[in-house]
Amino acid sequence: MEALLFYGFAAIMVVSSLLMVLGKNPVHSALFLVLTFFCLAGVYLLLNAQFIAAVQVIVYAGAIMVLFLFVIMLLNLEQEVSSQSGHLLQKVSAVVLSLLLAVSLGSVMTSQVFTGQKGAYSIERVNAVGNSEVIGRLLFTDFLLPFEITSVLLLAAMVGAVILAKKKL
Amino acid sequence: MVPISHYLMVSVILFCIGVVGVFIRRNAIVIFMCIELMLNAANLAFIAFARHLNSMDGQIFVFFVMTVAAAEAAVGLGIMVALYRNRGTINVDDINLMKW
Repeated sequence: MEALLFYGFAAIMVVSSLLMVLGKNPVHSALFLVLTFFCLAGVYLLLNAQFIAAVQVIVYAGAIMVLFLFVIMLLNLEQEVSSQSGHLLQKVSAVVLSLLLAVSLGSVMTSQVFTGQKGAYSIERVNAVGNSEVIGRLLFTDFLLPFEITSVLLLAAMVGAVILAKKKL
Repeated sequence: MVPISHYLMVSVILFCIGVVGVFIRRNAIVIFMCIELMLNAANLAFIAFARHLNSMDGQIFVFFVMTVAAAEAAVGLGIMVALYRNRGTINVDDINLMKW
């Protein structure tokens, strides 16, 4: 059952991201990316990361992609003018090089046996208390410094975004 | 039980599709969306390892990656709005002021 769900989600993800890259309309690309994010959230659920799956849907698909769609609608972009001069070699070499990257990374990922010291949070131990509680406990004890710095980062990003979008400084 | 290498292979494929998108597309917003796809591919690898190694560090790191990606998306889209307002276009071929 897990294998069936994973392969289904993975197939939809790969097809949807390919359609996102190859489509001409930026709104279509944004919607295909939203579909990719939903399938990714499903895969996170299969990997016992329930909190991250919920945050993926809420933050990525629900906030970031909505922001993208706002900006696409605001700028009122028309469809891309395809077949500009002299770009075919660039596109073909981009596809060939990224295939090379995929083969080299994939050969590493599939040939290795990933051993490492197993941590303390086995699935049963995490599910006994709940995934969110474990993440919350870790965020406020072991990872407190990155957590607080992230809040400063978000403040800086908010101020920056407001200043960048102002008409007159 | 799906072996971890399958999850990592999906992550690699998504990452390389994002790389192709960054090189091929001419619209700056779609390029930015392909960058977000690459970030999500890395997130998938993190969560796969977090489950494989019985560790929660991967999930915490994904939390921070998502936060940073949200901040970056806000600022990047602000830049693109300012760029469109000043240049009238968002096609990266036309934003070549520094080209010799």
